[in-house]
Amino acid sequence: MSGPSFHYVSAAGLDDALAQGTRRDAIYLAGGTDFLQLWKSGLATPKTVIDISRLPLTEICYAGDMLSLGALARLSDVSAHPNVRAHHPLIAEAILASASGQLRNMATVGGNLLQRTRCPYFRSGELACNKRAPGSGCGALTGENRHAALFGTSAGCVATHASDLAVALSALDAELVVAGVAGERRLVLQNLYLLPDATTAPDSTLADGDVITAINIRGAAAFAPRSTYLKVRDRASFEFAVVSVAAALRIEDGVISAARLAAGGVAPLPWRLHESEAALIGRAPNEAAFVTAAERAIEGARPLDNNAFKIPLLRNAVIRALQTIGVIR
Amino acid sequence: MTVTDPPPHAARHRIAHSRIALSITINAERHALEISPTATLLDVIRDQLGLTGTKKGCDMGGCGACTVLVAGRRVVSCLALAASFGDAAVTTIEGVGTADRLHPLQAAFIRHDALQCGFCTPGQILSAIALLSEGAGSIAEIREGMSGNLCRCGAHPSIVAAIAEVAGL
Repeated sequence: MSGPSFHYVSAAGLDDALAQGTRRDAIYLAGGTDFLQLWKSGLATPKTVIDISRLPLTEICYAGDMLSLGALARLSDVSAHPNVRAHHPLIAEAILASASGQLRNMATVGGNLLQRTRCPYFRSGELACNKRAPGSGCGALTGENRHAALFGTSAGCVATHASDLAVALSALDAELVVAGVAGERRLVLQNLYLLPDATTAPDSTLADGDVITAINIRGAAAFAPRSTYLKVRDRASFEFAVVSVAAALRIEDGVISAARLAAGGVAPLPWRLHESEAALIGRAPNEAAFVTAAERAIEGARPLDNNAFKIPLLRNAVIRALQTIGVIR
Repeated sequence: MTVTDPPPHAARHRIAHSRIALSITINAERHALEISPTATLLDVIRDQLGLTGTKKGCDMGGCGACTVLVAGRRVVSCLALAASFGDAAVTTIEGVGTADRLHPLQAAFIRHDALQCGFCTPGQILSAIALLSEGAGSIAEIREGMSGNLCRCGAHPSIVAAIAEVAGL
């Protein structure tokens, strides 16, 4: 299996990468695990591949209540890092629920956030898909849509985002550092992604040549004692989420003082559950509160022919996740 | 194939083909190669170096038959762009044990009947070597840790038992 040829260049540094990255039909190569699948399937046909995998953007540091992950850190290195495990176990859990041991050794955290959807209409290379071929339609809308999204969809696209890490980072209010030809900027993770419209479904808000250099998580370490990533999937391991929930609570004096909830497998981007979070604040961590939060989570769901089962699944996953971390000790 | 042969897909190339230099160490032996920029590590190992113990199964990162170690870490070589692995130290199944002195995992696989056709076995062995260095403290962790290696013959229970034995579980 092989795709069309391309030129390979190894970036000498970040500036070199940025200078080359705006070339027409150029892409960056980090871990390569998604790109090579896309390329072998004919879904990515770059003329130039710019290898950034050896740039010194792999540092994982925790200082002053901020965790900073170099965008080129490998998933396995992040999940095994003592500071990640101690202060942000939610991130480690989400990573360990991702892919396989081999892929986690290869894939980078920045690349993970930019992986393309697993929607079979996109991956087929032939069927109607606005994400792959804007204007061609969405085959999943009235076709095989068991894995399709419940929220944030349009008549043009019902694909879900595949990243587990993005769901955890969304719950933790992560911020990205993005380098581009115009300089460096900060981007709230949620603003990395776009909702689809009637005929197009862009993957991200990044411009040609942009490089994610770091992922920063500030001040959320207080959630470390009570956080969990619950992933429901068709097999127990090495499978994408049907539904997932990242949940984190702070409980003080028997009352929930802070809550973070985000869902995966249900939207074109990590789906932050702000209404559910609000429903938990000031409540005792009990069944009634968790059910209320779960009911809020499924409000506004728009199921298709084959994915309505995800609605009770999401509801129950929210309850289960909250039960797991809401126990008063 | 030799280093001067074009790759089989060359006819479809729209861009003039350029070869690039790759220096790589495989099983402690250093190789100075000229490769296609599109070659995967798996292609280089099998087709250029003739080390066919590493298997090409799905070629999409899903089956684990192509698992090799890079600096002791397991990777699927089918999703590794070879050009990106300059100066890497790679271990393939040819670098694990000998017929006279099997690696403990190889011996355990035989004792536990952990294979039938054997196609997935090189990848299983290399993945298991890495898993043991990562640390697997329970049967559940072995099962989870080996989920990136599929066995179509269904030898998974025996594979887990063989690894557990070597892990001392």
